[in-house]
Amino acid sequence: MARSVSSRRKLINTGLAWAIGLLIFFPILWTILTSFKTEAQAIASPPLFLNFDWTLENYGVVMERSNYARFLWNSILIAGGSTILGLIVAVPAAWSMAFVPSRRTKDILLWMLSTKMLPAVGVLYPIYLLFIQLGLLDSRAGLVIVMMLINLPIIVWMLYTYFREIPVEILEAARMDGATLREEVLYILTPMAIPGIASTMLLNFILAWNEAFWTLNLTAVNAAPLTAFIASYSSPEGLFFAKLSAASTMAIAPILILGWFSQKQLVRGLTFGAVK
Amino acid sequence: MATKASRSAARLMMAPAVVLLLGWMLVPLIMTLWFSFRTYLPLRGGDLGWTGFDNYVRFVSSSAFWPAVQTTLVLVLGVLVITVCLGILLAILLDQPMWGQGIVRILVIAPFFVMPTVSALVWKNMFMDPVNGLFAHLWRFFGADPVSWLSDAAMPSIILIVSWQWLPFATLILLTAIQSLDSEQLEAAEMDGAPALKRFFYIILPHLSRAITIVILIQTIFLLAVFAEIFVTTGGAFGTRTLSYLIFQRVLESQNVGLGSAGGVYAIILANIVAIFLMRIVGKNLDN
Repeated sequence: MARSVSSRRKLINTGLAWAIGLLIFFPILWTILTSFKTEAQAIASPPLFLNFDWTLENYGVVMERSNYARFLWNSILIAGGSTILGLIVAVPAAWSMAFVPSRRTKDILLWMLSTKMLPAVGVLYPIYLLFIQLGLLDSRAGLVIVMMLINLPIIVWMLYTYFREIPVEILEAARMDGATLREEVLYILTPMAIPGIASTMLLNFILAWNEAFWTLNLTAVNAAPLTAFIASYSSPEGLFFAKLSAASTMAIAPILILGWFSQKQLVRGLTFGAVK
Repeated sequence: MATKASRSAARLMMAPAVVLLLGWMLVPLIMTLWFSFRTYLPLRGGDLGWTGFDNYVRFVSSSAFWPAVQTTLVLVLGVLVITVCLGILLAILLDQPMWGQGIVRILVIAPFFVMPTVSALVWKNMFMDPVNGLFAHLWRFFGADPVSWLSDAAMPSIILIVSWQWLPFATLILLTAIQSLDSEQLEAAEMDGAPALKRFFYIILPHLSRAITIVILIQTIFLLAVFAEIFVTTGGAFGTRTLSYLIFQRVLESQNVGLGSAGGVYAIILANIVAIFLMRIVGKNLDN
């Protein structure tokens, strides 16, 4: 930035921005802090900020009592499985739309986007019914399929915007040199596309991890991921702040860390390339 | 130029994605349409036959409908106003030179990565609980009576929770848009003596208009579908039953599939009206 700014103004900016940033982050910070308190300290009045006896006890209790590992495993399988499956379907589609565009490519892309706009609640019962009929209710396979389908438009779009940035001349040169379609995809396109594919994977993993309509409505016990695990704490007898905090911290920590890596790609993915 | 062979190969490569999405869209859509014209009570006799537009009329004329529409509008508009206004201010602030910009950015974006059930429960218990919540402590500290947020001020509370989740999204996109603004233009205006407010209204805001539109459209689509935040906090009580929550209750709680499906069709139409505007903008962007 070329603007020269007095250090006084920079100081004010810094102070203000940090104050607001910490205010916005505070609920997360408070949850993490509370997870290390005892139940009595968690509801102490006045609230304890840092001056409490740090304990890991809550984490032990939550893991033991609610079989946290199974929910975590379900979340990983559902988010990971749907992302990989989605990529397998989306990479060829995005590739062909980016490099062999036809008159209808734009319409197809927009139509794919429109399926994302379909309100889930409008098709809840048909999906529910189909899941019962096909024996997919409360199964991980069923959720992998649904997650893959709801995120497929975003995966195709993101990949498309990345692929379009790869210069076509390189592909043409390869073709001149006699590269087959397979070689072209494998040796030229893939290496150039890996950064884009990686960030697409990251964003979709995050979206699938946090999805809380289908995961709550289509699972009961076996396939329930972390979103449902946390929702089970909403009953009144679950009013143990420290344990709730420990459970919450465990549910969001992996994604918080992944999310920080993906913040640049986030904008592109969520605006369908309309803001870069 | 693409050869004929590569064209058909391209079509083949596109096929799985297109077929899957077509099925995902059409099958449930047709089923919802079909159910919406039938009396269908899975627990009370099953499919009891054709009723024409009866469900559509009953859904709209039920006493729960207009309050649900109002709640939906209040929620969507409330969250939009808060997130867009604060998002613009925050984006401008974050664009200024400062120390530790990267860390502040991370702090501001973090709520977006918190799963909806977690943020709803954390706010509900640790902040809004009338006895042990942080707000209750704060109110008592100032000598006021603690408020039962989620029953006495249920809508503002839910708007607060949802705004907290979506402010990062608005800020991030607006910040990206601001950073593409030519800083020379701003400098020139500053040198010519244009006051900060004028620079904001005549240079920054017009530059942001497209990003603001996109934020509004995308958020509207997601806000119309807010579910977990209501499910976990109030369960639709205390005037927080939105249109999508009403449909959810009709279908899964009272098991009136016909009626719920008619509501679903309304929701689909509503979402499509918003979607058309979004697609126009995104489509224009594809051309250049």
